[in-house]
Amino acid sequence: MQAPMLTVKQLAFGFHDRPLYHNLSFTLERGSMTSLIGANGVGKTTLTRLIMGQLKPTSGEIMTAPDMRLGYVPQFRNIDPEYPLSIRSFVQLNQRQSRWPWHGKKEQQALTAALQETGLLARQQQRLGMASGGEKQKAYLAQALLTRPNFLILDEATASLDIKTKTELMTLVRELNAKHDLTVLFVTHDLELAKQYTQQYLLLTPEGYELNQTKLMDESRMPQELQPAEEVH
Amino acid sequence: MFAYDFMQNAFLASTFIAVTCGVVGVFVTARGLSFLAHTLSEIGFAGAAFAVLVGIPPLDGMLLTTVISSVSVGRLSVKASRREASISAVSSLFTGLGILFLALSAKSASYATTILFGSIIGISRADVWQLVLLALVVLITIAIGFRGLAFDSFDPVGAQAQNLRRNAISVYFLLILAISVSIGAQIVGSLLVFILLTLPSSVAKYLGKTLPQMLTIAVVVALIGVWAGLVMGYYTNWPVTFFIAAIECLFYFAALLLKHRTE
Repeated sequence: MQAPMLTVKQLAFGFHDRPLYHNLSFTLERGSMTSLIGANGVGKTTLTRLIMGQLKPTSGEIMTAPDMRLGYVPQFRNIDPEYPLSIRSFVQLNQRQSRWPWHGKKEQQALTAALQETGLLARQQQRLGMASGGEKQKAYLAQALLTRPNFLILDEATASLDIKTKTELMTLVRELNAKHDLTVLFVTHDLELAKQYTQQYLLLTPEGYELNQTKLMDESRMPQELQPAEEVH
Repeated sequence: MFAYDFMQNAFLASTFIAVTCGVVGVFVTARGLSFLAHTLSEIGFAGAAFAVLVGIPPLDGMLLTTVISSVSVGRLSVKASRREASISAVSSLFTGLGILFLALSAKSASYATTILFGSIIGISRADVWQLVLLALVVLITIAIGFRGLAFDSFDPVGAQAQNLRRNAISVYFLLILAISVSIGAQIVGSLLVFILLTLPSSVAKYLGKTLPQMLTIAVVVALIGVWAGLVMGYYTNWPVTFFIAAIECLFYFAALLLKHRTE
């Protein structure tokens, strides 16, 4: 059996005046889908930055699989309605295996495949600035997929979407998870989606954390602000 | 018209400068650095005036000051909250310094006009080669770092997520911008370097949807402007800068109109 994608052991971290976690331990198995949930400010994004190596833990260990290829879809993107690039050109920005300013045939094919996989092919010539929220999120996802990751972190990817689009995006993520044995860490504060689409959850609270491998969660133990699941339209 | 050496020189230099400013402008617009470009040109004005005072070529003075100051001024303007105030402060200081240097050098007012409003007609062959060389340095440097620069300029958040070396790219681009501002100012003057850096790339932003499209549009619009400007200047004896400014603005407003019509 292969080593887990990610093993976190007794991790402690905090900013100067604010300890975020101590003694945090969990494992993400290959091909698993995990929700990282918790109220705003509890350190969800910070944990993703620790996993990505952008921050160093105060103590403890973060061990990643030697063959890990990380794809990260960040929470905020500054795409205004005037943004000029088409969906295809935007996704292509992350194609950097070659150094030539122009893109070769093979790269174009790989790009087309990524657009196909995310259901964007028919809309690839649409300007990203004028695309719908769902199309934008899919484009961000497609861009991260171009580097063929086996571990994908989605930071609040569904936060600004309506229910239908959320479901569509998560179904897509689950398909990718099954097809490519992609390990997924889904950062959210949408409990409904977490329950529906991920097998386990890691709940961060100011007091500590809770890891549950079973799919059903006891909602009464969730922090107040997480229930009911937040809906933004 | 092309029988004259001075027109050959002007065309040769303008062509290379327009291509460079068109290409660099696409990234200036994407990175939101139009005002920084303007500030750099004012710093360049002070540098050129200082060069006149100490007796070295104005372009050299301009290059020196813009290249040295580009990175620190770029850093000042990173935070949007204080961008406008810091840029205004730096602009004022350097424009003031430029005026001081010109006054101290006791040269005629025509020097000030030349630096502020450009004077592509009348440059020497040696100047042309220097400009062509600088333009090539900028274009080759961009070609080498193209993909990283494009990613960081058009999707800084994504570039960060992919662990691109964003600080290095930022410094590298500010240096390119400093050189582009200095050579652009040779045609349209330091006061109006905007014309070549911002207007063609804004037209490209409205009309293009891919990087190759945007780069092509920006270069073509910049080239038409400087070529037509030179020809009209030749026949009318009016300032070339005026024609270039008018043509580029025409392109800009036409593109704006077109965009609004199609949406």
